[in-house]
Amino acid sequence: MRELIAGIMSGRALRTREAGLLGLNLLLLVAIAPFFPAFLRPVNLAGVFDDTALLILLALGEMLVLLTRGVDLSIAANLAFTGMVVALLNQYHPGLGLVPVLVLSVLMGAALGAVNGLLVWLLRIPSIVVTLGTLSIYRGAVYLASGGKWVNSNQMSPAFLGLVRWHAGGVSMLSWTAIVCAALVAVFLRRSILGRNLYAAGNNPAAAAYAGIDVGVMQGAAFLIAGAIAGLCGYLWVSRYAVAYTDVASGFELQVIAACVIGGVSISGGVGSVGGVVLGALFLGIIKNALPLVGVSPFFQMAVSGIVITGAVLINARGSRASALRILERRPA
Amino acid sequence: MSDLSLSAGAAARTGRRPWRALVRWESLLVLAILIDFAINAHASPYFLDPWTLSDVTVSVVEKAVVALAMAFLVMAGEIDISVGGIIALASVAMGLVARGGSPLPLVVASGIATGCVAGGVNGLLVTVGRVPSIVATIGTMTLFRGVAYAVLGDGVLKTYPPGFAWIGQGYVAGPVSFELVLFAVLAAIAIILLHATAFGRRVIATGSNPEASRMSGIATGRLRFWLFVAVGTAAGLASVLLTSRLGSTRPSIAQGWELEIVTMVILGGVAIEGGVGSIPGVVLAAILMGLVTFGLGLLNVPGIVMSVVTGTMLIVVVAVPAAVRRFGPERR
Repeated sequence: MRELIAGIMSGRALRTREAGLLGLNLLLLVAIAPFFPAFLRPVNLAGVFDDTALLILLALGEMLVLLTRGVDLSIAANLAFTGMVVALLNQYHPGLGLVPVLVLSVLMGAALGAVNGLLVWLLRIPSIVVTLGTLSIYRGAVYLASGGKWVNSNQMSPAFLGLVRWHAGGVSMLSWTAIVCAALVAVFLRRSILGRNLYAAGNNPAAAAYAGIDVGVMQGAAFLIAGAIAGLCGYLWVSRYAVAYTDVASGFELQVIAACVIGGVSISGGVGSVGGVVLGALFLGIIKNALPLVGVSPFFQMAVSGIVITGAVLINARGSRASALRILERRPA
Repeated sequence: MSDLSLSAGAAARTGRRPWRALVRWESLLVLAILIDFAINAHASPYFLDPWTLSDVTVSVVEKAVVALAMAFLVMAGEIDISVGGIIALASVAMGLVARGGSPLPLVVASGIATGCVAGGVNGLLVTVGRVPSIVATIGTMTLFRGVAYAVLGDGVLKTYPPGFAWIGQGYVAGPVSFELVLFAVLAAIAIILLHATAFGRRVIATGSNPEASRMSGIATGRLRFWLFVAVGTAAGLASVLLTSRLGSTRPSIAQGWELEIVTMVILGGVAIEGGVGSIPGVVLAAILMGLVTFGLGLLNVPGIVMSVVTGTMLIVVVAVPAAVRRFGPERR
């Protein structure tokens, strides 16, 4: 009996995890369609994607860290801190325009990520300990930067608010950012030496070291990139929701990790793909947007996402045992 | 004869080095506690009053109860992020049982039992489902708190049987609270369990090398399952204390406690990779965190700023020995 369940769950029927996830997402949409045809209208689907774009972006960064056998619990706090700082910059110097805001958000996010990276790389402290610490520090720093005050939409310049809302081809700028970023990360991981080294460092650190890859540097680089993405998301989040305060995105890091895990990223490193992560995030996004339609009370939503996350994680654990080391390409690079 | 002396010598050799390291770690914590004590006493003339000192223990004791069990789990190489969710779920369960007019023992038992079952769910996911514990408990954290929200919504429960409030607010003798006595007893049991029983050795062995432990006859799966149950039960107990102290429940209580509890465990010198740690260290870490939090409270520092201090403390305490090991002069 156990073998049977394991067999079904291991995805023998579904060729790859990405195909399975895609099927699962489509199944969700098909299940919703008869009751709420409007849900499938392109405008609404674009809205769902827009709502999920931030989760996708953060999950892409988190995936890089997970690939190197690390975990970054501080990305949501990084987002909140960077978001607050750029919101304050915009509030007090609205004339500067958008370029300094964007540059600052990426640089500051990267710097906060680098703090994690340096501690993990140079001192070899487990990443969960480091990011647990920086999570508290960055979150407290939001309060110190703002004095506990909110930055509301009327204190933000039109340009600051406008960028994410600007639509091209029926899709918001925020969605485009996620799409472009996903494409960049996919090319980076597939085509660049650093990208391949990230996989190698996480898949088998000892072998990677023998092959001349500095595993610590790879971990540091992953944290740096994840931090830069989180910083950019800081601006995007504050601008999309038109408010910055201390508890912005509080606890969101766990949803991000959930999206990665549902997308097939292994928590023990070396396994994961951009396609999986995007589909995993979309899966959570579709459920989040469909639940209110189906008439599930907002108070039940957390329980339902809990069941979904736990179930997906359980199925994934079954699937990954059958296909360890799947990420290594057969054909020589 | 030679066998005996050999094994005794081996035990002394393997036993002495970690013990020396522990003494150093714990003396570091004691030093930090003394410094903070002096600062607090200097900052406020009211600090050295016995009743003020008793107040220091409030709320930190509830986290420390969970930290004791969590220390065992982390030493065995696992972690439980869902404890905050378990506390909320157990609290809502107690609230519902109490609203039905049940007597005191039943209310308390329902809270502890809820924690026990929730811990069992985590244990099954990790041992039978083979899900890495950090991932599994991230899922159940949302699940447990989600069920609490689903049951209670934005409501509040605040009818409890007479005598319930004493558990979290009562004093046994003078300024010594019941919570504190309970924690002292649990800490003593934990010290004996970890440092003087075969069970404790098995926990450490499982954390140091799960595969070798399994090969040498330790039922590591069963052991880890029961450790998850123990953490869940401790969270249920903490929920009883917290609910009794607050006198009401909402699904949002104990939000973010999981990170504070894990911080307490790591600050206490337990290695996050498992296999290393001591209960006296965790107790000292709990005292230190209680003192720092309370001291900052005396100085009217808002709670969110305290998180900066807690986070810095965690990193510094782990980074300094790591830096000394890596860059220090005694490197061989």
